[in-house]
Amino acid sequence: MTGTLAAVGAGLAVIGAGIGIGQIGGKAMEAIARQPEAVGDIRTNMLIAAALVEGAALATIVLAFFA
Amino acid sequence: MKGLARQLLILLLSFATTVVLAQQEGDTSGHDQDPAGHVETADHQAGEAEAGTPHAPEKYNPSPAVMNHIGDANEFHIWGPIALPLPCITYEDGQGLSFFSSSVFHHGTMAHNGFVLDHGVLRKVVGFPTRDAVELESLHTDDDGHAHYVHTEEVKTESGKVAEHKTIQYQGQTYTLESSSKIFSGTSWIDFSITKNVFTMFMATILLFFIFFGMKRFYANNEGKAPRGLTNFMEPFFEFMRDEVVKPSIGPKWERYMGLIMSLFFFILVCNLMGLIPFFPGSGNVMGNISVTIVLALITFFVVNFSGNKHYWQHIFWMPNVPVPIKILFIPIELAGLFIKPFTLLIRLFANITAGHTIILSLVSLIFIFGEVGQNVGGASVGAVVAFIFVAFMNLLELLVAVLQAFIFALLSALYIGAAIEDHHHEEAH
Repeated sequence: MTGTLAAVGAGLAVIGAGIGIGQIGGKAMEAIARQPEAVGDIRTNMLIAAALVEGAALATIVLAFFA
Repeated sequence: MKGLARQLLILLLSFATTVVLAQQEGDTSGHDQDPAGHVETADHQAGEAEAGTPHAPEKYNPSPAVMNHIGDANEFHIWGPIALPLPCITYEDGQGLSFFSSSVFHHGTMAHNGFVLDHGVLRKVVGFPTRDAVELESLHTDDDGHAHYVHTEEVKTESGKVAEHKTIQYQGQTYTLESSSKIFSGTSWIDFSITKNVFTMFMATILLFFIFFGMKRFYANNEGKAPRGLTNFMEPFFEFMRDEVVKPSIGPKWERYMGLIMSLFFFILVCNLMGLIPFFPGSGNVMGNISVTIVLALITFFVVNFSGNKHYWQHIFWMPNVPVPIKILFIPIELAGLFIKPFTLLIRLFANITAGHTIILSLVSLIFIFGEVGQNVGGASVGAVVAFIFVAFMNLLELLVAVLQAFIFALLSALYIGAAIEDHHHEEAH
């Protein structure tokens, strides 16, 4: 990682992932509150969506490492 | 619209906090010692420079120790001077394969076969005159009486990056060290050693063999009876993975891929959990080694693409039910997706485990930062208390991450396989 620009990029990626995963978690909570019987399905799908968001953010962070 | 505005506000606020924090940071380092801060950043980038540059002042830099602990090694350090030697297998250009134990280096004080051990990592000495075991010349001895044999300095390459240049002294001559060849770095030798990570993987494999063959024997001998002991403990995990992950994600042909998904899940899980044990049999950072996750993701990639049916390839090269321009537009996107899927799979696992280990090690190094490398006992005690509380919580979080990452890897692998072999379209699958 040269300089601080790459670190700023990594930080921006984390902000994006934070908003994304926050949205997923919040919506999953609402969904569970609305339909508690579907908690298993909601949890699995929440994890998948969170993993996808996280994947994009982590790819950026790794790129920042190698930049 | 309102939601977007709020998010933008949050974004701006977080920027503002960052700027304020950065300014404070700049202030303190400005008052303290400006050259120290400069040296520290250089060290930080290069990673593994123990004792820093010769001009480094008495300020603890945690980065080399952290990097050394999350990295791989050719000996398994246990306690103080005790380390488990591991077999080294090297392939050199023009020399072929050589086999020797890492105990021949006597913890880095000797050279053998033209190799030296630098903080447990095997390195080749370029143009070393002898292949016999010879004593190296100590460069300097630090306050604790530890002699150092490898000198590290940072050099700027043409592309402006900071690279490490390691040298040793032998009979008044200076020799350069060469690390083993990784992808795209064409050095003259390749390391096939049973390293710390390979050793940990062997142990995880043996553990899994014992657990699952024990379970198999139990079921064969006690047909129709309720499980007991270890079998009772493992059965819920296994059934959960089978009923919640493999069956719904893969579909009717789930039995064919059951072994793969289960192996991936339990292997990653056991490796992650062993990495969380801070002493000897554990502590190997297996899934934090990108080569391991690359191989695991490649397995998924090949299984997905070799079991992909007509519909799978049709969706990639000629998406049905969309206009022709869109079909053409989708081809590069889908082709990129083919590689992005396993790429995110490997990066997610690698980055999560590496980040967890780095945070825990950084918290532990608070003791040395506050203690000013043994100068300030009170500071070290405060650091120890703070580190203890935070490390305890981080370890609990890492326990969750260890299970979650193994689960996510298995789940996404199963989903990718399921998408590749399903007969109908997505709308009918659920």
